[in-house]
Parts: sequence; C-alpha cells; structure tokens
Amino acid sequence: MREINVSAVTDVIEKLCIDANNHLPRDVKCAIRNCRACEDGEIAKGVLDNIIENFEIADNENVPICQDTGMACVFLEIGQDVHLTGGDLTDAINEGVRRGYDKGYLRKSVVADPVRRGNTGDNTPAMIYTEIVPGDKVKITVGPKGFGSENMSQIRMFKPSHGIEGIKDFILEAVETAGPNPCPPMVVGVGIGGTFDKAALLAKKALMRPIDSSHPDPYYADLEKEMLEKINELGIGPQGFGGRTTAIGLNIETMPTHIAGMPCAININCHVTRHKSEVI
Amino acid sequence: MARKINLPLTEELAKTLKAGDEVLLTGTIYTSRDAGHKRMCEALEKGEEIPMDPKDATIYYVGPTPAKPGQVIGSAGPTTSGRMDAYAPKMMSVGARGMIGKGARLPEVIDAMKKYNGVYFGAIGGAGALLAKCIKKAELIAYEDLGAEALRKLYVEDMPLVVIIDSEGNNLYEQGRQTYLENRK
Repeated sequence: MREINVSAVTDVIEKLCIDANNHLPRDVKCAIRNCRACEDGEIAKGVLDNIIENFEIADNENVPICQDTGMACVFLEIGQDVHLTGGDLTDAINEGVRRGYDKGYLRKSVVADPVRRGNTGDNTPAMIYTEIVPGDKVKITVGPKGFGSENMSQIRMFKPSHGIEGIKDFILEAVETAGPNPCPPMVVGVGIGGTFDKAALLAKKALMRPIDSSHPDPYYADLEKEMLEKINELGIGPQGFGGRTTAIGLNIETMPTHIAGMPCAININCHVTRHKSEVI
Repeated sequence: MARKINLPLTEELAKTLKAGDEVLLTGTIYTSRDAGHKRMCEALEKGEEIPMDPKDATIYYVGPTPAKPGQVIGSAGPTTSGRMDAYAPKMMSVGARGMIGKGARLPEVIDAMKKYNGVYFGAIGGAGALLAKCIKKAELIAYEDLGAEALRKLYVEDMPLVVIIDSEGNNLYEQGRQTYLENRK
C-alpha cells in the first residue's frame, strides 16, 4: 500500500488548472493549423489566423486562452494500492481548484445554486469523477469546460432499432442545432451505451482524449472519421461564418448497454478544448 | 480589407454597415452579460436610471478574467449572445444600438434591430487573449458584486469584428454558409 498525502493532489490540481487554461494541447493546435491550410474563404481564413494568434499569445504570455476558464472537471484514476492520507480528498481537490483559479487569474464562473444563482467566488466546487484502477499511482486530469459549448450538448435514449443511422443523424442534428453558438470549429465528444448518466460521462471523457487518437475498435474508429467528414460538409465553418472547418475533431467512447436501449450523448466543445494530466 | 470605424454608433453609421463587413472598432463600449442585463432591464421596467448612457451605445457581451498585475484587463472574448436575447430589445428601445457577441439571435432581436437600426457584431469566440490586446482602458462602473459580470466601461482600439446582422436584418450566419455551399459545388 502506497501512501499519498492529499496535499500532493491539491498541488497538482492547482498547477493543472493554470496550465490547462493557458496552454492549448498539442493535438488541438495541430488540427487548427491543418484546417487553416485547407480553408479557402477570406473570412474563414482570417478567423483561423486569429485563433492561432490567440493561442500563441496565451502560450507566450501565460494568460488564459479564453475568458471562460470553465468549470473545473477533475478526473482521478486512483490505483487500488494507494492510501490517500492527510485529509478529505474532495476538500483537497477543491482547494487545488481554489488556488489555481486565484493564482492563475482565472475567471470564477460557478454559482452556488442552479436556480437561485450566486457566484461562489472561487470556482468551486469542481466536477469530480473518480475511478479505481489497478496499481499504486494516481492519474489526475483537469479539463476546464466552458459553457458556451456545454449548453449545446444533447442526450437521447434511442431504441435499438434506430441503429447506427439513428446515431449518425443525431450527431449531425446536434452540430446543426449548435450552429455558431459553441465557437466553431468545435470538438465533438460522443458517448454511446451504458445508462443515461454513463452515456453523458462517456461523451465528456471523449473530449479528454487527444483528437488525433482513434477508438480502439476499427468500427468506431471509422465512424469517427466518417462523422467528422460529414460535419465538415455542413458548411457552418469557423465561427459559423461559412467554410469547411466546422469541427476539428470527433471522438467516440462506448460501453455495453441494456437489451432495450441505446443511449447516446453528445458533448460539444469549442476550439479551446483543454485538458492536462499528471501522474502522482 | 477591414474598415475602421469610430464610435459612438450613430444611426447614420449603423446604416452603412452590412452583414459580412470586417471592421476595426475604436471607441468607448460597455460590458454586460446575463446578470448585468437582468438588473438593467429590471431598473428600466421600474422607470429607474441605469448606470450607463444607452444613447448610441455599444454593449460587449463579455465576462473577462481578472487582470494580472500590469494588465488593463484579463482575457476578454465574447460570450454567447442568445442569452441576452430576452433583454436586447429593451436595451435598444432606450437607445443602445451596437451589440458585440457570438452566436445566433432570435427573430425578436432582429426585428428590434430593424426598428432601431441596431447592429450585431461578432468577435471571435475563444480568442480572449487576442481581443484583450485591443482594450486600452477598463473601468468598473457598477454591479461590482457580480464579479466577472459587473458593468465595465472600456476603451477599445481597432477591435477586429465582423458584422453578423445588419440594421436591415441581413445575417452572415445564413449568407456566409450559403455562399460557401454554393461555391463548393
């Protein structure tokens, strides 16, 4: 049994909140640059040039890429041979978020009550997802999630008879409905299977995976490619001003489900798709 | 080639702006988003004053990150305008003319734009670090308790924007996509 003091979790989360908000992942930068090279229209090219200039400024000056520094989605893969000591894990995670958003001059975007509102002032609580895995390490991923795109996400409980065509239509419908709102070019996370809640979690996890990676099953890897191409035929384009680049990536995550169902969730993200991980 | 324009956004100036025009905007603008609009519209309903002069004003839908020491303002890109649709016609009815944001607007807002010669500009969503460079002065004027949603008065220079919806109701989201799809064939 390896002992890890929860203060180490706090320290890592503080750092990841700042890094994730200021530095766009390599795969996302690369996809945006590739799409710029394929775009013809003057407005579309101009938008992508500005997006590239923006993440370069953020990198060089250590400032947030986007003012919506998001809700802090924190994923922990905790090795089953780890004993977390020194305090409450949830408190430690929230303390990391609190410090990161304060020291990093990040925006505090969380309200204490969904209906009655009221900013909590420190961007807590974090959205926490824990998973027990083999081993004696803790992998922490912070994915700050902006709500311009989160608000465009959808979930649907399909009948199995709807089949793959139902899912394909739903993906295109969700992107079409989102239109210019989620700051395209977007990244699309698709979760298929599980239960109502698990499908949504799979879609969120899909957004944490590098967009130049593929689903391990060739059937879904092909579906990822096919749907990205179809989305980019819609013509919505960068910022919705028309053009080829409506999405820069589409990831699918799947799991077994019930004989009676085929849940499908679509979590939309913008071109500022952020995530940073570290292993303790 | 982007056209340079100076605020205030008078009726005459507004009428010369067309959907799809790229502009570099210079002048004084106000920031407000969900909670700030709600408060201002509630005040207007009660016949009270609001903490900004709405005549020919341009409102930027933004909630910036806090400024680091030495910065005028933190990252400051647009938020989704559709959430202000419930308030935009009221704001235009008291003289506000320009809106800066991103994303689709409801037909009621476009109708009000036609009635009051309003203009809806798009700033690049997600380009908060870049847009902050155009903001030369920032002053908190009201609703400090709302944090990022407080009302601010900004002075911007050459802020890169695109006219999304003009005072005749022409819409770049429709026209730009249609043009792309037609030319692709």
